[in-house]
Amino acid sequence: MTLEEKVIKLIVDQLDVTKEQCVLEASFIDDLGADSLDIVELLMEMEEAFGVEIKDEELEKIVTIKDVIDFLKQKGVN
Amino acid sequence: MKRRVVVTGLGALTPLGNSVNQTWESAVTGKSGIGPITKFDSSSYKSQIAGEIKNFDPAQFVNKQEIRRYDDFILYAIASSEMAMADAKLTIGPELSERTGVIIGSAIGGLATIEEEIELLLNHNNPRKIPTFMVPAILANSASGNVSIRFGAKGPINCAVTACAAGTSAIGDAYKTIVYGDADIMITGGVEAAITRMAVGGFSAMRALSQRNDEPQKASRPFDKDRDGFVIAEGCGIIILEELSVALNRGARIYAELVGYGCTSDAYHVAAPPPGHEGAARSMRIAIKEAGLNPEDIDYINAHGTSTPLNDLYETQAINFLFGEHVKKLMVSSTKSMTGHMLGATGGVEAIFAVKSLHENIIPPTINLDNPGEECNLDYVPNVSRRKEINTAMSNTFGFGGVNAVLLFKKYSESPVSEE
Repeated sequence: MTLEEKVIKLIVDQLDVTKEQCVLEASFIDDLGADSLDIVELLMEMEEAFGVEIKDEELEKIVTIKDVIDFLKQKGVN
Repeated sequence: MKRRVVVTGLGALTPLGNSVNQTWESAVTGKSGIGPITKFDSSSYKSQIAGEIKNFDPAQFVNKQEIRRYDDFILYAIASSEMAMADAKLTIGPELSERTGVIIGSAIGGLATIEEEIELLLNHNNPRKIPTFMVPAILANSASGNVSIRFGAKGPINCAVTACAAGTSAIGDAYKTIVYGDADIMITGGVEAAITRMAVGGFSAMRALSQRNDEPQKASRPFDKDRDGFVIAEGCGIIILEELSVALNRGARIYAELVGYGCTSDAYHVAAPPPGHEGAARSMRIAIKEAGLNPEDIDYINAHGTSTPLNDLYETQAINFLFGEHVKKLMVSSTKSMTGHMLGATGGVEAIFAVKSLHENIIPPTINLDNPGEECNLDYVPNVSRRKEINTAMSNTFGFGGVNAVLLFKKYSESPVSEE
């Protein structure tokens, strides 16, 4: 499974959305119906799954699915 | 004239079944819902039996996000409220939204979640592991909160946490909310999901639980001479209350009228009732008086009847004191003999038993009543349900902290019960 597939699988499991909704440009709030706490919860799952730590100020910059994948790559996850 | 309040919808999850119909069917046939505890390994506990809800599938009612986030007590409340609203054929449109409120009681809230999260926190010594939604998962008022969100109920909201009387306190307060004109419709009742290590261990430490582990179905035996404590259980009972004209205007089916609520405190002891249980008698008297009735008008009492030595004796004394000679005609049964003691849910579920007994003219029995205990001299409807036309049904529940809460239901008839 690629990093992108893994991330999207986690999003589908966490946010009551379908795989088809999870295009890279999808915004968590505008397109996937999430609120700010949904995003916090989701990113905590990402921390757990990928063994990284996301700081609160980094969290604020994450808007789309692509932002998550880019962030994880930056942290050396692939 | 006083605003009248009627019951138009019922929903329940209990150890006897995952709907009101299944629960009622089991109760009138005298089935026990008690078995060995499956929720955790209870082998080192004194009490190893409980009334658990079986085969509940939350996915029928909520999405996977809600299942993951919320404690069972919230899921039970949402599911039972869905069933009650469907039963009442009620949808809350914009015109009803601000006139509809929610009060669902719970003794302990999300105890199972609290225990799991404390264990994780201590094991990992890492507060970052605490889930984002832990706090709203454990708060006792999250049952009311989630139900109000689901149905768009924007009127008064509250949560009674009066221990084992919580469901009754909630319904009593919801009733008054409608009587005082603050709302026209209330979604109300009680819920509990606390068959956990802490609760079973804690009640055992108080010597409150039955230890009849080898005969689970015979362990809850209210008023019997061999009773040795209550059997912990879980459940949810939700009823829809409506102001009479609102119910009539939409052509709702009316199960019964709620005509009185009595609430008193023992001011005596945090856990034990006093001999004679004066506060319980006073609570029943207040409910009867509010209804404009006399003790002789009461046909059936769904007793608190926990199967503890003290409660059953003192509740019997209180009933004898208040009703005098009338006890010869009065039926008193404890459905806890079948459900076990659902703690904060018990008032919700037993209100449903009282309403159903009025609506169906069947009195559910007290099972396991082989030899009445000393001074237990009432007609407890032993072991077999009874078909009898009744006009009034009372529900008693008492809680730690000295709470005595009593609801009085009456068959609905057009003429008002009271001209106050």
